[in-house]
Amino acid sequence: MALLKLKNISKYYQGPKPALEKVSFSIDEGEFVSVIGSSGSGKTTLLRCINRLIEPTEGEINFNGVEVTKLRKNELRKVRTKIGMVFQHHNLVERLTVLENVLHGRLGYKSTLAGIMGSYTKKEKKKAWDILEMLGIEDQVHKRCDQLSGGQKQRVGIARALVQNPKMILCDEPIASLDPGSSKIIMDYLKNICKDMGITLIISLHQVNVALNYSHRIIGFNKGTIHFDGPPSKLTHKKITDIYGSEQIAESYDHDETGNITAAAG
Amino acid sequence: MKNKDRMNLDKPLTRSMIIIRITLGFLLLVTIYGILTLDSGGVNIPGAILETLNNFKIIFFRPFSHRLSVFDALYEIIITIALSVLITLFSGIIAIFLGLLGAQNLAPKGITVIVKAFVAFIRAVPSILWVLIFAVSAGLGSTAAVIGLSFHSIGYLTKAFSECYEEIDRGVIDALKATGAKWWQIVFQAVLPSCATYLLSWTFLRFEMNFSNAVAMGAAAGAAGIGFDLFMASNLYFDLHELGLITYFILAFAILLEVIATRVKSKLKQK
Amino acid sequence: MENDVFKKRRKSTLLLAVIIAALSVGSAIITQYDAGKGMLSIFKAVAWGIKNFYPDRRSLVRLPEIFIKLKDTILMSIAASVAAAVIAMALALMGSRSTRVHVFFTGLARGIGSFFRNVPLVAWAMVLMLAFNQSSLTGFLALFLGSLGFLTRAFMESLDEVGENAVEALKAAGATYYHIVFQAVIPSSMPQIVSWLLFMIETNIRDATLVGFLTGTGIGFLFDVYYKSFNYHVASLIVIITVIMVIAMESVSNIVRREIL
Repeated sequence: MALLKLKNISKYYQGPKPALEKVSFSIDEGEFVSVIGSSGSGKTTLLRCINRLIEPTEGEINFNGVEVTKLRKNELRKVRTKIGMVFQHHNLVERLTVLENVLHGRLGYKSTLAGIMGSYTKKEKKKAWDILEMLGIEDQVHKRCDQLSGGQKQRVGIARALVQNPKMILCDEPIASLDPGSSKIIMDYLKNICKDMGITLIISLHQVNVALNYSHRIIGFNKGTIHFDGPPSKLTHKKITDIYGSEQIAESYDHDETGNITAAAG
Repeated sequence: MKNKDRMNLDKPLTRSMIIIRITLGFLLLVTIYGILTLDSGGVNIPGAILETLNNFKIIFFRPFSHRLSVFDALYEIIITIALSVLITLFSGIIAIFLGLLGAQNLAPKGITVIVKAFVAFIRAVPSILWVLIFAVSAGLGSTAAVIGLSFHSIGYLTKAFSECYEEIDRGVIDALKATGAKWWQIVFQAVLPSCATYLLSWTFLRFEMNFSNAVAMGAAAGAAGIGFDLFMASNLYFDLHELGLITYFILAFAILLEVIATRVKSKLKQK
Repeated sequence: MENDVFKKRRKSTLLLAVIIAALSVGSAIITQYDAGKGMLSIFKAVAWGIKNFYPDRRSLVRLPEIFIKLKDTILMSIAASVAAAVIAMALALMGSRSTRVHVFFTGLARGIGSFFRNVPLVAWAMVLMLAFNQSSLTGFLALFLGSLGFLTRAFMESLDEVGENAVEALKAAGATYYHIVFQAVIPSSMPQIVSWLLFMIETNIRDATLVGFLTGTGIGFLFDVYYKSFNYHVASLIVIITVIMVIAMESVSNIVRREIL
């Protein structure tokens, strides 16, 4: 069952070259999809178009049976509660505690007044705690976010997305600011979330090896168009060169005789 | 441990939150009390508001003057600017040296304490009072204004400058001392060059304030310049059109200063 | 080579000195400032100060009167600052990059801020006096208008510094505009906002003297009364009390600031 369907999505800014050009694909529930490509290839624009943080210039986005591009403010809010988002720079309110930041994920479900007052139900608070426990940071629950490490902050960001009870989570370069150790921890959590909770994940990455190790499916972008869409096993040396427009990235991986990637680069 | 956390999922009150709330609450109460007990001098408030709005209309939409031509007004502003220049120069130069005496890494502790206290005292006296004090011996007018405002300005600049001096890396001063350099040499070769940008920026910021003060002294203490015209237009001639013209001139120049000051401030922040 | 650098440095210092000298002489001529008289007056002032400008026993009788006016001045300053802060906050929210509804409001808020701030306090006081005469209300309104300009600008800068990251995250989660304002923007900027408010109060307490002088209220007016009647002993007492008040206000402010930042 296709959860997300993009049809001919394009995004034009000033200048002749579009950021996205007639992008179409569909994603099923429970898929772990990585989006790769060099800077400026359109990865970030694509993710932000899906929940309309950036407005696509043309095309259609169908999420869970709803035509997202045509929604008004209020309905868009409701759809956004079903789509979580994790950011490269965590995007937390640093002065507030872990718990408060996680509960921000529930704001989409709350009335204006309740949200302003910050009154969350006991159930919501318990759910937040359970999620934090799952991510291993329940002992930080009342700590101010500016006192956490990068990896911990990112886990708070993931918790905030999870507390929304989303069907899908978009991750915009979630490990770009983390060291390899923390990156592995985060990616493992994301993998488990996809597997155990059945949440669809779309993750933009610039580390090809991470994409190869974790995803069901890889979509490769180059200058706003899709140059590759398939399982990791099919990502050949030639395809990587095509996506990144240079030999160098592909060279860092081992290949077998048919040109397929056999091992992730160190 | 687990169960305890489960019970207490409410955010703990931190000290800073409590203080913010107490402060804001107190200020709010004082404000309400203050507004309620404001003495309006028996004036009919709605009527006065309407009249003021009408005045604003004349002042801001029909500025014009019989007495003052545009050139006259410009000349008056130049006088005010000249006043500010004098004040800023005097206070700047004096503050550069006084600031040295106030810096803990350059002068003995006893002296710095005295200088800092003295300067804090100067700052605490409102500028108008300073000018009036000096007016006793110099008479109401530009001279008293310059001296009084310079005094006040010295208070601010000395504090700023001494703080900059104190931030100089101790190592630099020690190194020069080790080579046998004398105090004044250290000052001119290390301290002043390091702080040069900061000193200039602060001096310019003070210039903006001094301009505003100079206008005020023109209106309140008889100093020359556009402030005095302001006073005459509103208290003597009751000419709202002229008031408008004058206000626009002041506004234009003040905004110009503000724009430059903003750029200066952002350069300061980069430091 | 080395000679050039030092020669250049000396040349530029000399140039600076010449510019400063030219400016001072020019300004002195324009303002008809008599440097001699100025220097003399400082000495005269010090001499006079030692002889006359101190509170004597008789002047202490006036203390209650002074304290009442002091209270008036403090009330007026705080009330004007807080009232201006409320409105400035609304304007700043409308105009700041992270919370604005439309770009138009940024220009509007900045314009209002600039306008009210750059019209000098004296001008506000004089204009208001035409209709409101001399009263505490006039003083309050003058301080209010001046503060409104300054705080709008200051608050907008504080809100801008919050950064758009957290705002973006909450938008993506489906939060409404008001959720974002109250749950992310305001909590992040609260210490800075309170700090600006305190600064405004400190500034207003000083300016209240000038405004009071013009509008016949508070400490400034009282000083004028005794000054004009040559009662310098009481006048000096007023100055001392004012100083104590200003310093006390600053100390409290700094303590609060240290706790919340």
